[in-house]
Amino acid sequence: MSTRSWNDLRIEVIIGALLRTGVILAAAVVLFGAVVYLARHGQEVASYGVFHGEPEALKSVAGIIQGALHALHMSGRAIIQLGLLLLIATPVARVAFSAVAFARERDYLYVWITLFVLGVLLYSLFGSH
Amino acid sequence: MNILEFSALVAAGSLLAGFLGALTGLGGGVVVVPMLALLFHVDIRYAIGASLVSVIATSSGAAAAYVREGYSNIRIGMFLETATTVGAIAGAAIAMHVSGNAIAIVFGAVLLYSAYLSGRDRIEHGAHLPATKLATELRLNGSYPTAEGMQSYNVEGIPAGYGLMFGAGVLSGLLGIGSGAVKVLAMDQAMKIPFKVSTTTSNFMIGVTAAASAGLYLNRGYIAPGVAMPVMLGVLAGSLIGARVLVRARVKTLRYVFAAVIVVLGFEMIFNGATGRL
Repeated sequence: MSTRSWNDLRIEVIIGALLRTGVILAAAVVLFGAVVYLARHGQEVASYGVFHGEPEALKSVAGIIQGALHALHMSGRAIIQLGLLLLIATPVARVAFSAVAFARERDYLYVWITLFVLGVLLYSLFGSH
Repeated sequence: MNILEFSALVAAGSLLAGFLGALTGLGGGVVVVPMLALLFHVDIRYAIGASLVSVIATSSGAAAAYVREGYSNIRIGMFLETATTVGAIAGAAIAMHVSGNAIAIVFGAVLLYSAYLSGRDRIEHGAHLPATKLATELRLNGSYPTAEGMQSYNVEGIPAGYGLMFGAGVLSGLLGIGSGAVKVLAMDQAMKIPFKVSTTTSNFMIGVTAAASAGLYLNRGYIAPGVAMPVMLGVLAGSLIGARVLVRARVKTLRYVFAAVIVVLGFEMIFNGATGRL
């Protein structure tokens, strides 16, 4: 691996492509979920004035993934939530990729700094119940 | 109002917010929460959850366009993200233990401050600061392309900038906004980073900061798909259109109009929070 191909600019271009792909994918999934959700529930009364929390299946990473896989043909909200999860995962993926890129550059100080940020993000997603 | 009407109206409002946010550089997130809370009577925590999601979408979408130009400094970004992400989790944890009315008052104050900042001219600092020991050890000094070739710059005021960034993270987690204004303030004023670098690096960091609190909001049930869906799609579409129109628009007048809207929303939020209506 030559140093030329892993310089900062090239890393940033890859990160840019990663971010764009994540956002497009997430938006497509959310849009698909929206169509299913609105087709089924569009005529019901909207009520978000009082907070009562989302059901278990729509709050945890495992619950959302399971819900979306089980219910691809029935729950628009589960599909929307999967799209939103993809969106939240996009910056996490970019931080993870940055850690690999810094390791390739042998910049170990920044490998640790990046792993710290990654740890905070993973705690928030998986450990903050 | 049925769900179809609610979704269509929220998406239209979010589209406008994202459009104006991208045109003025003030970000759409700051008006989404007041819009949902004041106009649509959505619980402020659902509003914040939805706004966080839209902040991630616009930041990541815009970053994809910015990074090609080579202005952003990924080391400055990553180093400061250690402060903003921890701050964001703290802010999200605070949001879950205080009343919606208290959040609204803080939100209003931040809106007024953002409007004030947007009215001030940013002063570009000298590019020829001496390299400090800390900045050198952290490898934060960098260079960026200008018309006259690559321009190098040195960074100072790291402790102050780092502290401000922690504060920006707390605000982001508490209010569901990108806190771009505070982030740019920390990098412009405290760390003396050139504009083009601070603006793009700040945008780069906003998505990661928002993701840090979004996980917490998700796990506690504050992200409602029915609210987040129209907000995310609307703001994303609006910001993409805004970024395309940007080149031709008369941004200065628009900035004043948008700043005026933010001032009105700020007072509304403070009033409604103080009188216990949210």
